[in-house]
Amino acid sequence: MTTETTHTTVTPQAERLVRTHRSSASSFRSMVSNRLGSAFALIIAVLWTMPTFGLFISSLRPESAIKSSGWWTILSDPQFTLDNYERILGGATSTNLAVYFQNSLVIAIPATVAPLVLAIMASYAFSVLTWKGRDWVFVGVFALQIVPLQMALIPLLRIFSGTEIADVFPFLSLWVAHTIFGLPLAIFLLHNFMSEVPRDLIEAARIDGAGHVTVFLRVMLPLMLPAIASYAIFQFLWVWNDLLVGLTFSGGSRTVQPLTAALAAMTGDRGQDWHLLTAGAFISIILPLVVFFALQRYFVRGLLAGSVKG
Amino acid sequence: MGFLLYSKNGQLILAILAFAALLAVLLLLARLADRAKGRGGTPVMVAVFGGPALLLLAVGLIYPALRTFWMSVMDERSETFVGLANYAYLIEDSAGLIALRNTMLWVVLVPLLSTGIGLVYAVLIDRSRFEKVAKSLLFLPMAISFVGAGIIWKFVYEYRGAAQEQIGILNAVITGLGFEPIRFLQDSPLNTLFLIAVLVWIEAGFSMVVLSAAIKAVPEDIVEAARLDGVSGWQMFWRITIPSIRPSLVVVLTTISIATLKIFDITRTMTGSQFNTQVLANEMYDWSFTFGDNGIGSAMAVVIFVLVIPLVAYNIRQMARNRAVRG
Repeated sequence: MTTETTHTTVTPQAERLVRTHRSSASSFRSMVSNRLGSAFALIIAVLWTMPTFGLFISSLRPESAIKSSGWWTILSDPQFTLDNYERILGGATSTNLAVYFQNSLVIAIPATVAPLVLAIMASYAFSVLTWKGRDWVFVGVFALQIVPLQMALIPLLRIFSGTEIADVFPFLSLWVAHTIFGLPLAIFLLHNFMSEVPRDLIEAARIDGAGHVTVFLRVMLPLMLPAIASYAIFQFLWVWNDLLVGLTFSGGSRTVQPLTAALAAMTGDRGQDWHLLTAGAFISIILPLVVFFALQRYFVRGLLAGSVKG
Repeated sequence: MGFLLYSKNGQLILAILAFAALLAVLLLLARLADRAKGRGGTPVMVAVFGGPALLLLAVGLIYPALRTFWMSVMDERSETFVGLANYAYLIEDSAGLIALRNTMLWVVLVPLLSTGIGLVYAVLIDRSRFEKVAKSLLFLPMAISFVGAGIIWKFVYEYRGAAQEQIGILNAVITGLGFEPIRFLQDSPLNTLFLIAVLVWIEAGFSMVVLSAAIKAVPEDIVEAARLDGVSGWQMFWRITIPSIRPSLVVVLTTISIATLKIFDITRTMTGSQFNTQVLANEMYDWSFTFGDNGIGSAMAVVIFVLVIPLVAYNIRQMARNRAVRG
């Protein structure tokens, strides 16, 4: 790293270059010494990656190999097979995850779209429209994040259970529950984005005679696309990874239960069937991982909007 | 028609169509109100844009929360009033106490450890050549469900007797070094710590991403000024970096604490909440849905709620302050 003495000898341009490469963090790092710091970061990175990597490798090993030796032995004894995946996607009904995978998709798509659309509309009401008591209601919506899912569960469940609608549309209660539970955070995040859209833009459109619907559809939505994308990923992952709502609102029914519930049951019943568990776990994380890597940039932006800007 | 009603994909399509129709009607209403332009325009507009969400929140969160309060002072079937008996049970019952103790342990350790690790990592990789890759490696577990993470770590912690070949990597390392294998998930009280490690593994990426952004936002002139004053790296960290990112630190700590209070999937998948690893959120599930006692279950939900309140109240104050600053 550069030292203080370089200031006197370098050109102003070079100095600026050096300066832009400094941050409060990098000066701490240079003190810990680069090599030690990097080694430490590397150890953390390995610790964080290894468990998932080991699961993936194991899921590709034959049953007998998984149960008798560690996955790291593939170097000396490479054996790979797709049997585990075949068994868990096409095998006996109790462990056939293909059905649950479909359930999870059927649950997750409306449960991502509905809160998203409703939250965009609500954000418009909270950031563009002006009305009495607006700020209080907004703080109230934000505060609803305190209500733990656990608290809303049983009463909400009672609203649905036993009704004919619940019998005919078994997924409805799951969709509604996820939509409701996702709303406070969604409204909060999207409102933050929306209040950063310059007022002038909206005023100009209003003066040109555009109604609120036109402003909403033609001005707001296009500007909000990145934010909408980031929230959509967030909500999708959240719904896909949920267990609590899936367990309670599916009533234990195989036809509606999500993948996570099936997997959780499997770890209880067949805890030692590592060939099924590893393949099953990997199937459950493959879609989130693809979404994560493909859209990582948006996902991160969504996180930051909610947590750093207040 | 039959396809739409009797198959999963059909119901999915039907739901999306119904939702789209509802939106079309709402926007049409708003457009009519726009045309009318009278004084009545705004209430209609607020009702159209904000109404559906607020209605759902009232039915789905406010009413259920009030009802849960009510159920927590009623008996198991919510028929007779029992006062605070359900809460008293929580304190008297040894299982309830263990759940309470464990929840406290979780809610203290997880935010501190994941924020600490996230911060150190963010600092160490800041402006290094591999920053992007390094970030996604730590951030990756965020995309994995608690159930998935539970299985991943159950496999890492897998225990076999000393005579057998270990298939869990941790015990393989431990026996490789000549020690006895450890029953990570069965031996209380350490097993709770090993479960906590799983949530730290998941949440550290979150704190790292947020804190890394905050570190990059520290104004350069402050850093430069401090440097000219001869501030050392260590002092820079404590006197400049930490105070500058304090708001982000608070947000990360509270967000993770709230998530931790509600955690229930990890103990459920990894130990089935046996071996003294029970936590409040999972015990609430057991009481309400396995044992069918809504009174005690609701009381536990209320306790979780009460524990979350100070955290969110603090955040709301912070939010109000930010608003005031922004004007």
